[in-house]
Amino acid sequence: MFWQLITPLLIFGVVSYALLRGVDVFGALIAGARDGLNVLLRIVPALVPLLAAITMLRASGFLDAFSEFSRPAFQWLGIPPECAPLLIVRPFSGSGALAVGVELMVSHGVDSLVGRTAAVMLGSTETTFYAVSVICGAAGVTKTRFIIPAALIADLFGFIMAAAAVRWFFT
Amino acid sequence: MAMSVLLVVMMLCAIIFAAFQGTTAEMSSGLLDGAKDAVGLAISMAGVICLWCGVVEVMRRSGLMEKLAKILRWPISALFPEARKDNSLRGDIAASVSANLLGLGNAATPLSIRAATRLHDISGRSGKASNSVCMLVILGSCSIQIIPATIAAARASQGAANPFDILPAVWITTVLSCTVGIVAGVLLKRVWK
Repeated sequence: MFWQLITPLLIFGVVSYALLRGVDVFGALIAGARDGLNVLLRIVPALVPLLAAITMLRASGFLDAFSEFSRPAFQWLGIPPECAPLLIVRPFSGSGALAVGVELMVSHGVDSLVGRTAAVMLGSTETTFYAVSVICGAAGVTKTRFIIPAALIADLFGFIMAAAAVRWFFT
Repeated sequence: MAMSVLLVVMMLCAIIFAAFQGTTAEMSSGLLDGAKDAVGLAISMAGVICLWCGVVEVMRRSGLMEKLAKILRWPISALFPEARKDNSLRGDIAASVSANLLGLGNAATPLSIRAATRLHDISGRSGKASNSVCMLVILGSCSIQIIPATIAAARASQGAANPFDILPAVWITTVLSCTVGIVAGVLLKRVWK
């Protein structure tokens, strides 16, 4: 019940708070939606070749063989082996990870354990190498010390925790 | 460049594997299906993403970000000793963290860069990251956004019964993995000078 209401209540809350503070809510919604189109325009060109390549990998049987190959290690971590490709792409490419995640939702079902685990992994981790290189590069940091190891430890823990949380909430 | 290598490796694996498995026909149609689905996916995600970006813009204009930044004063002072006495520095860090929390994609990166640059300048080191810079970048590479809108849009486009029902799982996972990142940073900063 609560989870069905959270989106409308949240949006209603934000919009009425803004209206009380004298914000032109409709204008802001439209300006934001235009930003949203720009975001889409940025990710679609990258999604086309990436989703094509991932669908090729799925159709060739490579993805199934790869998850079969990594099954022992992933089972030990409690992560569905089908999510293996997502773990590899996630730290390097945001749109690549989105393509892999959507492909997993399509091939295993969006509300399946695999589809949900993929979604939680995508929602709770970041494109680590990209974020670190952009921020450090712009700030003039050349020696990043322990940033990458600490961020990757957090990512790995996030992947394990995502699988555990989905199992806990949805089975 | 990394992306180009990734694409070529993916295609090479698919072609070699299909040749050995006899799935070349499926693989070839997969290539075109994937390209076709990419645009379909973008169109079916467009509505939710645009709506959410609109809500985020409303949040920004109504000053919710500054509110959030005020709440964040205490945890930020705890994590960044330099920010305890310097109000404007603490404001910059708070702005970057709260933009990330609200999922203000376009605004978050420049704000993170600004905070990281100031912390780095204060440290006076030439190119080596200070402890606080490391902590800020680790936080920036943990996804701390409260509403993962793109993922919800992807779930909605694939016909999920309730695209947002993954929220509690996402929150628990995010909080714990950020905690692990911070703890790893606190432990590593002593040994990795």
